[in-house]
Amino acid sequence: MGEVIVITSGKGGVGKTTTTANIGTALASMDKKVVLLDTDIGLRNLDVVMGLENRIVYDLVDVTHGNCRLKQALIRDKRFDHLALLPAAQTKDKTAVNTEQMFKLCQQLKEDYDYVLVDCPAGIEQGFKNAIAGADKALVVTTPEIAAVRDADRIIGLLEAAELPSPKLIINRIRPDMVKTGDMMDINDMIDILAIELAGVVPEDQTIVISTNKGEPAVLDVNSKAGQAYRNIAKRIMGEDIPLMSFEVDETIFSKFKKLMGFKS
Amino acid sequence: MDLFSKLLKREASLSKNVAKERLRLVLVHDRTTISPQLLENLKEDLIKVISNYMEIDSGETEVTLNSDDNSVALSASIPVIKINRLSSR
Ligand SMILES: Nc1ncnc2c1ncn2[C@@H]1O[C@H](COP(=O)(O)OP(=O)(O)O)[C@@H](O)[C@H]1O
Ligand SMILES: [Mg+2]
Repeated sequence: MGEVIVITSGKGGVGKTTTTANIGTALASMDKKVVLLDTDIGLRNLDVVMGLENRIVYDLVDVTHGNCRLKQALIRDKRFDHLALLPAAQTKDKTAVNTEQMFKLCQQLKEDYDYVLVDCPAGIEQGFKNAIAGADKALVVTTPEIAAVRDADRIIGLLEAAELPSPKLIINRIRPDMVKTGDMMDINDMIDILAIELAGVVPEDQTIVISTNKGEPAVLDVNSKAGQAYRNIAKRIMGEDIPLMSFEVDETIFSKFKKLMGFKS
Repeated sequence: MDLFSKLLKREASLSKNVAKERLRLVLVHDRTTISPQLLENLKEDLIKVISNYMEIDSGETEVTLNSDDNSVALSASIPVIKINRLSSR
């Protein structure tokens, strides 16, 4: 029996889809059976990030409405046999699916897969409720900005209310140079404020843009820093104890100084 | 100004610290904001329960959630019209 992990954020554009594609591909590259579930109905994206947009025949709504069998709608990845995508419907809206259907679908998928990764739409409405309906665990993605962290806080509250306790945090698009000059909140700042465990930190990285252009997740590029960060997160999900990468622990000179002087940072 | 106070001054003006402080304040507020509907439901339930024991002015009843920097209090103002001598039980 596999595990259903929802990737959520509250705020849009912080990197949920990028994260789902990369963690999923990384897990598959480590021989796990993985299915990616795009629940952003009406704003389908995961297919393009994965480079699978030309293979879509059926979608999530076709499955929940019984227009096709689940197996028919699953698209097999180009690179890994045991990696599949269930695309979102593009022409319907979020009310086309309900939480009960999503729960059943997740139950069904986790019988065949080690990991079911659910890419959540932005917001806290029906789409969010659908995405978390069948989840066993949650990853919350944020960027080092006030608005994104604020929304992450809201989402963490909603996840706890929905009995999905102890979600883990992914901080995306961190810029070590700006953290160093004190112009970007650092990791400890965000962990402190949100009072949540860290799953990993992903740097701002051009290779994400390039890999998205090509439809090849950055984890496949051995030279990509973001790809490396996502591989580490995937290993942590598999239960390995992987230390943070250097940019994941960057501190300002001042906070080092404060520590030296015995101040609490 | 000695080195340490210079550093302290620099620290306070770093934009990340401005962000942190603004975020802290906004979250204090967010975390104590519950929906008006929830508060209204709570008020109705309160009125129901208290009415078992005394006659109250439900129209004048007010339920509010007040927060200051580090605490939150639920306060209810419930005008009593008449207290029954014997409770119904
Ligand atoms: N670490 C990163 N470095 C650079 N660009 C990124 C990074 N993460 C995400 N992006 C870009 O940000 C945009 C939004 O990402 P996306 O994954 O679609 O967010 P969401 O699914 O949360 O709306 C995309 O154009 C993506 O390529
Ligand atoms: Mg998305």
